Amino acid sequence: MIDEELVQLLTPEGELVDHPDYACSLSGDEIFSMYRDMVIVRRLCNESTSLQRQGQLALWAPVEGQEGAQIGAGRALAPMDFTFPSYREHGIAWCRGVPPEQVLRLFRAVSTGGWDPQKYRHHVPTIVLGNQVLNAVGYAMGVQRDGAEEAVLTFFGDGASSQGDVLEAFVWASSFNAPVVFFCQNNQFGISTPSSTQSKVPLFRRARGFGFPGVRVDGNDLLACYEVTKAALENARAGGGPTMIEAYTYRMGAHTTSDDPTRYRVDAEVEVWKHRDPIERTKALLVREYQMKPANFIAVSEEAEAFALKLRDDVLAMGRPDPLSMFDDAYSEPHPMIDEGRREMAALLANGGE
Amino acid sequence: MPDVGEGLIEAEIVLWKVKVGDVVVLNQPLVDVETAKAVVELPSPFVGTVVTLHGAVGDTMEVNTPLVTFEVGGDDTPRAVEAQVVHDALDDQRREPVLIGYGVANEDAVPARRSRHRGARDEAPAPVTTPPARTTVRTTPPVRLLAKQWGVDLATLNATGRGGVITRDDVERAHHGVSPAVVASRSTAVTATSSAAPTTSRFVGREIAPWSTGSREERIPVKGVLKAMADAMLQSTSQQPQAVVWVRVDATKTTELLASLKAHPRFAGVRLSPLTIIALAVCDAARQYPGINSSFDASNDEVIVRRYLNLGIAADTPRGLIVPNVKDADQLDLVGMASALSALVTTAREGTTTPADMLGTTFTITNVGPFKVDAAMAILPPGTGAILCVGQIAPAAWVRDGELCVRDVMELSMTFDHRQIDGALASRVLAHIAQFLEDPAPAMLAQ
Repeated sequence: MIDEELVQLLTPEGELVDHPDYACSLSGDEIFSMYRDMVIVRRLCNESTSLQRQGQLALWAPVEGQEGAQIGAGRALAPMDFTFPSYREHGIAWCRGVPPEQVLRLFRAVSTGGWDPQKYRHHVPTIVLGNQVLNAVGYAMGVQRDGAEEAVLTFFGDGASSQGDVLEAFVWASSFNAPVVFFCQNNQFGISTPSSTQSKVPLFRRARGFGFPGVRVDGNDLLACYEVTKAALENARAGGGPTMIEAYTYRMGAHTTSDDPTRYRVDAEVEVWKHRDPIERTKALLVREYQMKPANFIAVSEEAEAFALKLRDDVLAMGRPDPLSMFDDAYSEPHPMIDEGRREMAALLANGGE
Repeated sequence: MPDVGEGLIEAEIVLWKVKVGDVVVLNQPLVDVETAKAVVELPSPFVGTVVTLHGAVGDTMEVNTPLVTFEVGGDDTPRAVEAQVVHDALDDQRREPVLIGYGVANEDAVPARRSRHRGARDEAPAPVTTPPARTTVRTTPPVRLLAKQWGVDLATLNATGRGGVITRDDVERAHHGVSPAVVASRSTAVTATSSAAPTTSRFVGREIAPWSTGSREERIPVKGVLKAMADAMLQSTSQQPQAVVWVRVDATKTTELLASLKAHPRFAGVRLSPLTIIALAVCDAARQYPGINSSFDASNDEVIVRRYLNLGIAADTPRGLIVPNVKDADQLDLVGMASALSALVTTAREGTTTPADMLGTTFTITNVGPFKVDAAMAILPPGTGAILCVGQIAPAAWVRDGELCVRDVMELSMTFDHRQIDGALASRVLAHIAQFLEDPAPAMLAQ
């Protein structure tokens, strides 16, 4: 990962390094609090994978390895900023205050969304690849027309970067100088397709062709992800227009629980990325620079264990939704075709159908 | 059997990881199953005892049919089973090859204990771990491609992967000319003497081909743990002027003390070895002579004296040499030290040592005793002031009170950074450690 253009403030060994454009502005306590976020999100991920394997979730999209990118970006947001995630942004949902069991309602298939996006300033996950990026630009143009001092942060992966929606979104954002930040987590694989096949140039360089800046950041470096995202959001709020951030990272697990990554990548590569783990390097920094003791870390891991047990209880306690409720949120106002569908379904249920 | 994909209807059992009677914890791996999409590991949804396994390896199980029956709850039966399983786990631990120290004790007693446990479990079906007879070759697309490129016939290979899957290693071995028969006989030999030294063909963290069949010359890329070792050693020898002091020690009282402590319930499940006592001796010496726990900071023209001791332990792992440390080792008592070193060894062996575990070492111990040599001249890990090298403990002729006798004798050497530590200080420290080991009980009480 020797790349002169890669923004890095914290090495895989946990050592601080200088960068001409960005500096770490966080205190030890803030970094520790972000460390805690990363540990809890990883525990959330592992427990959810187990729950899926036990038949309690229909599907799960693991985030392990990408916690540094997500907590770094998520904690850089201001309260009124708005976020548009894909389906893997569990760390962003956590930073936005979405209760984790709400996230799992979708993956247990007892909800079609999960929460009120306005309440948490976080849109529900978009499964359709890359569509949220177009939505984000539309929302950002609305913010612009309201004259609000807000920025919009949207997430997608190296796979989605090939989608027409994403590229159209780049055009619109650039043409209208929309206050949006495109956060691309390049986790090296679009399911099984290597990112080197998705793009023949480093992804962040695409931004230049659309007329706005692109930055490649070490996606496993919490501090760099935080500082680069914070600067891009501030620039957007101040009228500076869009920025694309490519967080260069690695998906340690499967694409989803339906995928077997050993079929398309080699263990040696995974081993290399283990040494770039975002959590371990942050821990090393906290020990080295901020004199954090084993007790501090033990407390976090105990908290994460308790969190996982409660999460499991919450998931197992989720009831089955009323089948007719699936019609409720398709449109915000009554719609004749939806009403007809609801009537037919009710009749079927009344006759003992399933 | 849950639907682990999206809309799958069945899965084949590849490998059971539990057997009837096992007590399992939440999320403990139970079984590997292969679906149309992937081989996946199923974690236990319950805390309890395994009562029935509803299928054998090779069976195809339909989604929503029973896979495992558990007994969950708190009557007396599960508790009895649990105790037995804990015993087995301890036995297993004793049989493992020892990575560091002299952890294996009482090896002769082990087979007898094992057979007793087997006897007590007559009703339990034997665990099924052998893969079914293979009719078609099972492997992954990258391995098939490799085999094709190298012209290796997959059908002739001896599969060593889980559930009879041919691995990349199998293909590489075949390519380098090791016949399946040789592989099979070697792995049998290893199983038969499971506590013997690791295979001799390991070098720089990888398996290399034997002399007779390997290529005439082989080039191995320098990366990973190997690169870390090479960089550290070059940095150390090029930047730190190093000198060594030696001493021979009568460690008889140390070995006697360990033998008496091992039976004590407080040390159940903890690896207690001479290394534990040596670690305590090092901490005691550092408290007496803090200068030994120092490092030379050339960039600031300062010597840093540390009044905490992060004790590095050089560990020979499957990936190569790594040096994790016990943080604040000077704060630990005998039980604490034994537990900390056990945890460190287990973590290193499992390959889950993290970068943080290896940071900030202030003093290192390296133990060449398990390799049956008397002494070595160690090289300092960069940035540290001293490293103690421990040789084997073996009976030897010894003069005691003017009489010739046979004692358990050990050789210690200590390499130090001669920029800030002189021969007089190093000698005093080593003599202090030696004295501690010659009579450990009073020395530990005095701490």
